[in-house]
Amino acid sequence: MENEKETVTAAPKAAAKPKVAFFDFASCEGCQLQITNLGEGLLDILGAIDVVEFREAISEKWDGDYDVVFIEGSIGDHHAEERLKKIRARAKVLIAYGACACTGGVNGMKNSFELDEIRASVYGKDYKFFDSTPTKAVHQVVKVDYSINGCPIYAPELVEVLKCALRGLPYTVPDNPVCSECKLNENVCMYERGLACLGPWTKAGCNSWCVNNGNICYGCRGEVKNPARNANDIIAKYDLKPELIKNKFDMYNKCKEGGK
Amino acid sequence: MASANKNLDIKVEYVTRVEGHGNIVVNVKEGKIEKCEFHVVETPRLFEGMLRGRSIFEAQHITSRICGICSCGHTLASIQAAEDALGVIPTEQTIKLRKLLLDYEFLDSHLLHVYLLAAPDVLGVPSFIPLIGTHNAVVRRALRMKKAVNDVCDILVGRHIHPITAIVGGWTKLPSKKDLDAQVKILEDMAPDMAETLALAKVLKFPDFHRETEYVGLISDDAEYPLLSGDIGSTDGKRVSKKDYKKATNEFIDPRSSAKFAKWSRDSFFVGALARFNLNSDKLHPKAKAVAKELGLKPVCHNPYMNTVAQVIEIVHCYYHALEILKDLKKNGVDYSQQVTVGVNEKGAVPVRAGNGVGAVEVPRGILYHNYETAKDGAIKVANCIIPTNQNINNIEYDFAKLLPEIITLPKETITLRLEMLVRAYDPCISCSAHYLDVKYVD
Repeated sequence: MENEKETVTAAPKAAAKPKVAFFDFASCEGCQLQITNLGEGLLDILGAIDVVEFREAISEKWDGDYDVVFIEGSIGDHHAEERLKKIRARAKVLIAYGACACTGGVNGMKNSFELDEIRASVYGKDYKFFDSTPTKAVHQVVKVDYSINGCPIYAPELVEVLKCALRGLPYTVPDNPVCSECKLNENVCMYERGLACLGPWTKAGCNSWCVNNGNICYGCRGEVKNPARNANDIIAKYDLKPELIKNKFDMYNKCKEGGK
Repeated sequence: MASANKNLDIKVEYVTRVEGHGNIVVNVKEGKIEKCEFHVVETPRLFEGMLRGRSIFEAQHITSRICGICSCGHTLASIQAAEDALGVIPTEQTIKLRKLLLDYEFLDSHLLHVYLLAAPDVLGVPSFIPLIGTHNAVVRRALRMKKAVNDVCDILVGRHIHPITAIVGGWTKLPSKKDLDAQVKILEDMAPDMAETLALAKVLKFPDFHRETEYVGLISDDAEYPLLSGDIGSTDGKRVSKKDYKKATNEFIDPRSSAKFAKWSRDSFFVGALARFNLNSDKLHPKAKAVAKELGLKPVCHNPYMNTVAQVIEIVHCYYHALEILKDLKKNGVDYSQQVTVGVNEKGAVPVRAGNGVGAVEVPRGILYHNYETAKDGAIKVANCIIPTNQNINNIEYDFAKLLPEIITLPKETITLRLEMLVRAYDPCISCSAHYLDVKYVD
């Protein structure tokens, strides 16, 4: 694999650097943009890797194999599913990047509707011109080696995962709830303010970003492994309707019902 | 006209350095142009369908996810539409902070486009990555400025991508005095980089191409450069209120693209920095006016490549406008009693009602419309979002049709680059439309 012929011309030299590529599927591309928001620190990362494809930012194309690929976005049509499988076949390490890739993200809300109905609601009678399949997270189509959750991703976690991926070390997404970080940040609990927040059931790792800023947690990082453990306590304590919580979770986690 | 027997087949799949996926398809047979199209081929994401049944208070959170680069713009259009539907009147302070956020959105987006997405073309390289070697100071400056704007957004709204604190009814967190000082400092520290940006803009050369078209943007009767609110107006003398936005967009579907097309008085129209400049240049900040003069841009300019120059002028406008808002807030103080609790409305803090509301906001690429119809429990019944890029696609194709015969004798690579540059000049955001670009050549 390492001996693939060099076809790219303008990319940075240094053949020993790992070849990294970014691909986007159905998404807002905001997680790619989080990279450009690293500022001059981005140049340090670019010094350690060889970016061979990054359509949003560069025109260069590469036809060899990849050491690491970042997949942003969920899979929502036949073409995308085929394209993803082809990328997987050429990638040593695949990272699901951002909520859309990891859990289906907001695109999963499409699955709350009957497919033809929602397509027609947007495109009218001509909806069949535009191929559309139920939303899938990346791991529901191909094997995923690392996940970087969140909508958008939290930049410090990206740097952490990239380091692990390049060294071949495992990275474990935290499985404790957002509350564990929220408490350390000394926020007043949203439940004490009379609001239902998804923090108790959502994987930490974002440093309770939204609650720090006066908003609630929307569950963008996906559910902890055993959500029921916390759910019953909190639902009882605050007299919540389970449907309310379920409805809120559907914003980012509807794809989970598709299995895997 | 085209050279007599030239055959040309261009297919650029996924035009790079634009937000999202689009294709350019050109087909010339024996000198006759058979096809010259710009296709948006993104997976349809069906946001308008997904919003149905969700709470109107969730609309901002969900629609900001239409596009990472425009998420503050979507946030502001969405909030405006939701408040219009609910009959919520925002306070003066809330509006001031929203204008500040919009200035940051313009700065962020225009800087990204001018430096990282458009400049490589004029400097003759495929991306900003080779520039790290050849124009290292330029790349560092671009990243530094981008980071600075990102940092002020972090302070004001939690983060630039998918803002947290701006919601229906106001702000969940208002900037402390320290926060205001920090923003002023970051912006003031950008001043030398701003000066260098203008120096760069002066040396950028753009192709000479002109086509008369209709320029559409927000217009108003007051003296402020209208970005957050106004009526919809055009260089053809049209004016309608935002409620009647459909009269100004007249959307139609074309099976080639997953985006919708638009037109008004003519076959197509232009929205974005150049349209705003053509309509409202007399309302720009004096510093921005001076820059327009230096860069030689005068209304009405019919060269779409000059959209990038108009963006530079708006960078200057928004920079000084933001500083003025911050200084005003520092001087007059922030009223913290106006901080609102997040509007997922279990507590009924904001009464809900059946209604219909429109948001029309200038975002970096042109007017963005959001329109929601709510049921009496506050659930969204119908949602409609009209994205600037979709309004422009039709105009891009009419530009292609005029441009291609003018450059048909040039080598294929040059033609392809010119067409790609034209598409990039519009700074299309196909993530917003739905995403993909292709340029195809046939030999």
